[in-house]
Amino acid sequence: MSVRFDRVSVSYGSQTVLDAFDLAVEPGEVMALLGPSGSGKTTALRAVAGFVTPASGRVLIGGRDVTALPPHKRGIGMVVQSYALFPHLRVDANVAFGLKARRTPRHETVERVARALEMTGMAAYARRYPRELSGGQQQRVAIARALAIRPEVLLLDEPLSALDAALRSAMLTELARLHRELPDLTILYVTHDQIEALTLADRVAVMDSARLKECGTPLDLHRSPGSEFTASFVGGANLLPVSVSGGTVRFADAELQLVAPGLTDADTATLCVRPHRVGLGDGPNALRGTLAEVQWRGATHRLVVDVAGHRVAADVTELRDPPAPGTPVTVHFAPQDAVLLTSGPVREVARG
Amino acid sequence: MLLHGKAARLIAQAVFLVLFLPLFALPFLVIVVASFATDWNGALPSGLTVQHYREALGGDAAHALTVSLLTAVAASLVALLVGAWAALAAHRLRRAGRGVMDTLFTLPVAVPSVVVGLSLLVAFSKPPLLLNGTPGIVITAHAVLVTAFAYQSVSAALARLDPACEQIAASLGASPARVLWRIRIPLLLPSLTGAAGLGFALSMGELSATMMLYPPSWTPLPVSIFGATDRGSLFTGAALAVVLMATTLLVLLAVSRVRNRASYR
Repeated sequence: MSVRFDRVSVSYGSQTVLDAFDLAVEPGEVMALLGPSGSGKTTALRAVAGFVTPASGRVLIGGRDVTALPPHKRGIGMVVQSYALFPHLRVDANVAFGLKARRTPRHETVERVARALEMTGMAAYARRYPRELSGGQQQRVAIARALAIRPEVLLLDEPLSALDAALRSAMLTELARLHRELPDLTILYVTHDQIEALTLADRVAVMDSARLKECGTPLDLHRSPGSEFTASFVGGANLLPVSVSGGTVRFADAELQLVAPGLTDADTATLCVRPHRVGLGDGPNALRGTLAEVQWRGATHRLVVDVAGHRVAADVTELRDPPAPGTPVTVHFAPQDAVLLTSGPVREVARG
Repeated sequence: MLLHGKAARLIAQAVFLVLFLPLFALPFLVIVVASFATDWNGALPSGLTVQHYREALGGDAAHALTVSLLTAVAASLVALLVGAWAALAAHRLRRAGRGVMDTLFTLPVAVPSVVVGLSLLVAFSKPPLLLNGTPGIVITAHAVLVTAFAYQSVSAALARLDPACEQIAASLGASPARVLWRIRIPLLLPSLTGAAGLGFALSMGELSATMMLYPPSWTPLPVSIFGATDRGSLFTGAALAVVLMATTLLVLLAVSRVRNRASYR
């Protein structure tokens, strides 16, 4: 079922937490709402669930205006960060809760609870209380509970952020599998973690300060971000201030070769280059500077090079003999790996 | 443990006993001892007897105990219902409204119970609400006094409740009534039983408002104790006091057993 936000605004008192939010999620699509805390992504999700009432705008589910519909009539599955399992009910009763609320026949309830628990690998824990489960198991129960009512829309609000790194990546795989098994399920996935968004989502909606910044496929957003915010939030980015005049782009003293159609003159523009696309040594678009920092990251080395007062980060395959900080080095990048952004000056933004 | 070292811990325990015993335990012990005595002229009582208990468990005193129990059960149930209801309602209000409710329900605690007694006497002595002379007026007074505690304990528990549970329940299709009965009330059960127990205990011991209101046919046990000691029958009073104490403790024990089961599900 499709989900559509039609200029939805939400405010708490005088503070606008969601500002004229427009977004259309296709049936069966996984849409990630990605943004830093306070960007309005959770509010958007809560507007779909019916926990907040928009000050203006409409929320449509499957083409039907549900803005005025109370949460219990929306038929939506939801999983929240704290899982919110009912502590006084056993796992099977937790999962059966929604079915009982919908007056599903008894034998069907039993069957569907069993299936939902099986699907999430929790069948063996049906008679446990939530407090007897680990974080990852509670997470699975929360998902089973949301799926048992067979919703057509599933809302996931930072479902993995309470888990440790190893478990998170395992659950990510699980969620991807679940979606393969339930291809008709529309999923809205709120996260501040770009890895989760890039791994799971068909499309990513990047949000910042109560507004939608950009929406596109993970690949598009990563390869050709439309704004500095997207560039730095979706995968790290070098954002270099450049000037454009007469069809040439200059950074510091170097003239750069880009694959950029239709350059308009601008005193300041921003060039976005992903650190893993920057190579060490001479090549096209060579930048000379001094090495400021070397970080060993196991499989890679991150070199931070000071080029005319600007820092350029390069992620290179682990070096056997990394150069010492202070030595002069040259880095380069291919013309097709750089994206020119012409929207406003460089801002300080959170890096994902 | 804040204290490390054996000596420090022993000293702390000794200080606790020195403070605790005379202040809390000794008076109760004295009452228990006195209830078995015929005379207490020297340092220690003399003349071991169970005569006071025979009196306490028969006739008027037994009736007073029944009256006390009925009053306490009725008052604490009414208080629980009204207090929990009010707390649930206040929880939905905005801050200003909740402040008004909080103040209103603290009033019976802030106002001396004698005043509560007097005001009920004045209010319900004339038609249309003529409660004076009936057990109803005693129960009403106790309920008024105890509701404040029920309200406070339930609203404190509500503030700690995770709203996510209720929202998830609603998203799963549960109507507000179902959320209340299947999620909220079960989660509040420990504080509800706690409130009921506290209300019961307070009502069992209430004297000052009761004194102003009780009809002769509805004499709660504290009034009998007061009457006995007032007449000079100190040891009979002591026996009645022990009966009151034991009954209250037994009921509280039962309530706390229910409570433990409720909170550890």
